[in-house]
Amino acid sequence: MKRNSLIVLLMVLLISIFIVGCGEDKPKVNVYNWGDYIDIDVLDQFEEEYGIKVVYDTFATNEDLYVKILQGGSNYDVVFPSDYMIERMIKEELLVKINKNNVANIKKVGDQFLNHSYDPNNEYSVPYMWGTVGIIYNTAMLDDYPESWADLWDEKYKGQIIMYNSQRDALAVGLRKLGYSLNSRDERELEEAKVELIKQKPLVYAYMGDEIKDAMISGEAAIAVVYSGDAVYMKWQNPDLEYIIPSEGTNLWFDAMVIPNNAQNKDAAEKFIDFMTRPDIAAKNAEYIGYSSPIPEAVALLDKEVQSDPVAYPSDEDIKNTEVFNDVIDVIHIYDRIWTEIMSAE
Amino acid sequence: MKLRRFTLPYILWLIVFIVIPLLLVVLYAFTISDNHDILSFKFNLDNLKRFFSSPVYIQVLLRSIKLAFISTLICLIIGYPIAYIISRESPKKRNTMILMFVIPMWMNFLLRTYAWLTILGRNGIINIFISKLGFEALNFLYNDNAVLLGMVYNFLPFMVLPIFSVLSKIEMNLIEAAEDLGADKTITFIKVIFPLSLSGVMTGTSMVFIPAVSTFIISSLLGGNKSSLIGNLIEQQFMYTGDWHFGSVMSIILMVFILISIAVTSKFDKQKEGEGGGLW
Repeated sequence: MKRNSLIVLLMVLLISIFIVGCGEDKPKVNVYNWGDYIDIDVLDQFEEEYGIKVVYDTFATNEDLYVKILQGGSNYDVVFPSDYMIERMIKEELLVKINKNNVANIKKVGDQFLNHSYDPNNEYSVPYMWGTVGIIYNTAMLDDYPESWADLWDEKYKGQIIMYNSQRDALAVGLRKLGYSLNSRDERELEEAKVELIKQKPLVYAYMGDEIKDAMISGEAAIAVVYSGDAVYMKWQNPDLEYIIPSEGTNLWFDAMVIPNNAQNKDAAEKFIDFMTRPDIAAKNAEYIGYSSPIPEAVALLDKEVQSDPVAYPSDEDIKNTEVFNDVIDVIHIYDRIWTEIMSAE
Repeated sequence: MKLRRFTLPYILWLIVFIVIPLLLVVLYAFTISDNHDILSFKFNLDNLKRFFSSPVYIQVLLRSIKLAFISTLICLIIGYPIAYIISRESPKKRNTMILMFVIPMWMNFLLRTYAWLTILGRNGIINIFISKLGFEALNFLYNDNAVLLGMVYNFLPFMVLPIFSVLSKIEMNLIEAAEDLGADKTITFIKVIFPLSLSGVMTGTSMVFIPAVSTFIISSLLGGNKSSLIGNLIEQQFMYTGDWHFGSVMSIILMVFILISIAVTSKFDKQKEGEGGGLW
């Protein structure tokens, strides 16, 4: 009995140390970002400059984040959803407006990255990174190179193609190949895209997520559908790789910073967003993760080579024929059914 | 009474981590809602109908069962002899052998599955060897065989351990008695050893079949997501589509199916009250 009470006492002590340890008086900002999507050093820098402690947490998919915010309880102050998810969260009144007086650096964001349909006046979001979806291929493994989405249906690439394992992104490929909008809500168009993607299945080596990076770098396959930011990283690792924006046009995407309704510390959240939008900090992040910053002054701080890289920073001409995703939650059951049928086809 | 007091933490544990989550899954399965606010849930069986009215979902379920069944069978065919051989060794040697068998399991499941990518890949160890010999590289990955391999590799210890633990507890004098009565080695095995080890076989079968039928990582990593298993569909609903209600329906259907299959196997398991190793 004596020994038991000793153990209990020890546990109580341990737990109280824990609680005391966490109970510092310093203000906190709870940040929820994509995994591997920041130069962690900038968090320390923020804490030093503002005296606000950053509690940093990561997610893997927009839907993951959405459910977390919807259920509340987690109380994040700054989160980093993508375009269509921001549109949904605004519609469902899950976000608060950002006071632009407190985020002065929003002026530094390039005009072409503001006022997109997901948040028409950028009242709720400040862009963090942007990019395109395209085709990466290995010049050492192929004799002639793909130029369009339709080339991903070419028999000569059989067993060499890696498709992106994501409902929206994979269907976008099928829709654009057929000349439809990648925001199609028309069941007939989506059915056609399904038929195309099932037809393509025998040529596909695998459907992958983040593993695409390793597979392409090591030369497992010759062609893959990827995000431009990942393409930059892959090209660093394997110079044989080349990235193109397919001729049928593609998806232009944004990940932006927003403040959820149930944020505990809106003031700190705005400070954090302002800090992340400061050119030197934005440049640090862009340099570290390889994705494209929407802040021209930040881009100017990067290596000349990176600045002129058409993968990360394509010309306006290159991205003329692009679309930003709209939220399709109202027809998500059609998307879901069609994707399930594609993935389950033998 | 004294013992009762000590069961309290376990009961609490059961309630918090098993009963409540299970009830939540059931709640989600038989309702619909626009958001995740429990108060706005409305009773609805549409999701259940959706599963059974679409051939796709049934096909995927059957495929998962087929693959899980084959991998369980392979595990049994490979695992039983291993368990038998180990159980016949001297206790000292036996422990070392079992330890060797268990050590790989100390490593993360995901990591072990990932390792197969570097072994079987186009630029993997096997293919480097094959192309050194002057042959064309082969495609091992991203098909059903790779998925089966992943299942057998990962779940084999769950077959071997329960069978081993039952086999090693069989009294030697039972075997000696059988031999004294004129049974040769084969007859002894068929009439004495195997029936006595049946409870271990049943436990092993359940312990391999259940994770195999519900896996989504193995089919994703080694199958290249080319043909979904039921686990992938459930993952899709929770992680990407965000329809927790439909995801819960599929989980419940899978659970009911597993319960039925366990009930059936345990029917055959006449020894379940006997030596340890039984799951129930």
